[in-house]
Amino acid sequence: MTELDLQKLGVRGVNSALHGLPEGANAQDWLISNPMGQHAIACGLDAPLKVTIDGHVGFYCGGMNQQAEITIQGHAGVGVAENMMSGQVRVKGSASDSAGATAHGGLLVIEGDASSRCGISMKGVDIVVGGSVGHMSGFMAQSGHLVVCGDASDALGDSIYEAIVFVRGKVAGLGADCIEKEMRPEHLVKLAELLDAADIDADPGSFRRYGSARTLYNFDIDNADAY
Amino acid sequence: MAAEIPMTLPRKSATFDDYTLSEIRRAAATGIYDIRGGGSKRQLPHFDDLLFLGASMSRYPLEGYRETCDTKVVLGTQFAKNPIELDIPITIAGMSFGSLSAQAKEALGRGASIAGTSTTTGDGGMTPEERGQSKILVYQYLPSRYGMNPDDLRKADAIEVVVGQGAKPGGGGMLLGQKISDRVAEMRNLPKGIDQRSACRHPDWTGPDDLAIKIQELREITNWEKPIYVKISGTRPFYDTALCVKAGADVVVLDGMQGGTAATQEVFIEHVGQPTLACIRPAVDALQDLDMHRKVQLVISGGIRNGADVAKALALGADAVSIGTAALVALGDNDPGLEEEYNKLGTTAGAYDDWHEGRDPAGISTQDPALAKRLDPIAAGRRLANYLKVMNLEAQTIARACGKSHLNNLEPEDLVALTMEAAAMARVPLAGTDWIPGRGGS
Repeated sequence: MTELDLQKLGVRGVNSALHGLPEGANAQDWLISNPMGQHAIACGLDAPLKVTIDGHVGFYCGGMNQQAEITIQGHAGVGVAENMMSGQVRVKGSASDSAGATAHGGLLVIEGDASSRCGISMKGVDIVVGGSVGHMSGFMAQSGHLVVCGDASDALGDSIYEAIVFVRGKVAGLGADCIEKEMRPEHLVKLAELLDAADIDADPGSFRRYGSARTLYNFDIDNADAY
Repeated sequence: MAAEIPMTLPRKSATFDDYTLSEIRRAAATGIYDIRGGGSKRQLPHFDDLLFLGASMSRYPLEGYRETCDTKVVLGTQFAKNPIELDIPITIAGMSFGSLSAQAKEALGRGASIAGTSTTTGDGGMTPEERGQSKILVYQYLPSRYGMNPDDLRKADAIEVVVGQGAKPGGGGMLLGQKISDRVAEMRNLPKGIDQRSACRHPDWTGPDDLAIKIQELREITNWEKPIYVKISGTRPFYDTALCVKAGADVVVLDGMQGGTAATQEVFIEHVGQPTLACIRPAVDALQDLDMHRKVQLVISGGIRNGADVAKALALGADAVSIGTAALVALGDNDPGLEEEYNKLGTTAGAYDDWHEGRDPAGISTQDPALAKRLDPIAAGRRLANYLKVMNLEAQTIARACGKSHLNNLEPEDLVALTMEAAAMARVPLAGTDWIPGRGGS
């Protein structure tokens, strides 16, 4: 494992080292030490690297990730793994607002809690949260899966499109056009896969499924009161 | 014989004019607000209200066709490793694939590349046609992030973070289901045929402090190679420009209320935001206050139509301008040759603005394959290039007449205003006086 000391190299030095690797380079395991809550650490990676960040990170850690497996040994600031395309980002602690925002693919695991707007406008990513999520999570979520092992705060799945939300605990309230849906066998299979991939031990049968009622998909003046 | 009593002529209300009455009837019949494309259509103080003084005893002109009047401009000189070098200070504004056909996007790229300038993506991502035909392509980073991906980000020559646009400051957008073809749906990760909302604010940042971090992330992902533009609407231009600089923008793009949109509410277009003319001087003030004028470049858009408008915007302190509506007209939008077809749509050439409906007979604002095929991207691109060259020549003509060897040497002292409103907004004297309303003088 190769160590990159962020205190010495700065964010630019660390990211530059991870971006500049030749294809198939041997050094695939990296440790970023002393992250000091800095922003934009390990963003824009595009190689099958394993990157461990030894501490807390600021905004946009793992942003737009492709292929890499990033583990944050602490808490994460706003927009962790935002717009991720593939690979995996794991937060051992909790995450701030907009975790996984607009992400297209890959797996985001938050072992602790996630704050508001988790999975906002998600476009295909799978997100598994070991704890609870804040309000407006899954807002305008387009596709992918959001799994919440704890509780969900107000306005879950507001204006949701085709994303699927699974919640094990209490839901404080559903947003516009979000409804509870039947948990069919294929959903239990998919949920079991996601929990397994996230390495979280939970019974899929204890979750409920939420998704779009699809009543707001085409503008209708009679729906104006829904907003 | 009794004298005939003279009748007064029928008199229509200036307040309740024909358009207003028609809108009341339309609203009463449908129960829904009017949606349209384009920018503000109302009469506004604009560049036509300014005049250049030209050379005289105290200024000497440059010889047309002989003495050089440079038009090159470099954008993004502050932080980016690879600033954008343009032959002309007229760029093509962001317009999405989805609102426009692939042929129209290709034509914009072709025309801009021939003329030596940049074009810009829009909501919905980057198409291969556009990237392939655009020598210099600016990639918009919008709240919806439709089609946003790091591969395209790296392919771009510059990145434009969109905070607002002049037609609808503070508003998002809606691409109606009838324009969502298979390809548009796939690029936006949504099912075909449903309305696609473009969010009004970004999902993972709010305010200038967050924007600074977002810009840092975009720079890190692209290894600090690409200029980062921030596009704002004409709302609070002094403060917004200053905050863009604080957030680390290389370029500020400022769009006044005449700037177009693919679709939004008529009430939004006509009643929110400020005219382009009113926005330039406050933005330049902000840059000058921070000693960043010409270091952070200012691009002005919203109602730019000809070389005189270009020269006036530059004289007021802009580094470049951007065109959208005018570029579409150059491609063939609202062409009188299509009058019969516009009539069938209940409108007339020059007034067609139902771009969101996807029935554009010119093949520009549509995803209907049969309609889109009507637009020859090569010929349309050539028309756009011609138009851009004419605008540039016109601006040079004016600059030479003012004795300037570069378009950016034009200055407010070269201008006077025809109206008090324009004089106050542009902060140049009312013609024939040394009076700048609000600034003293006699």
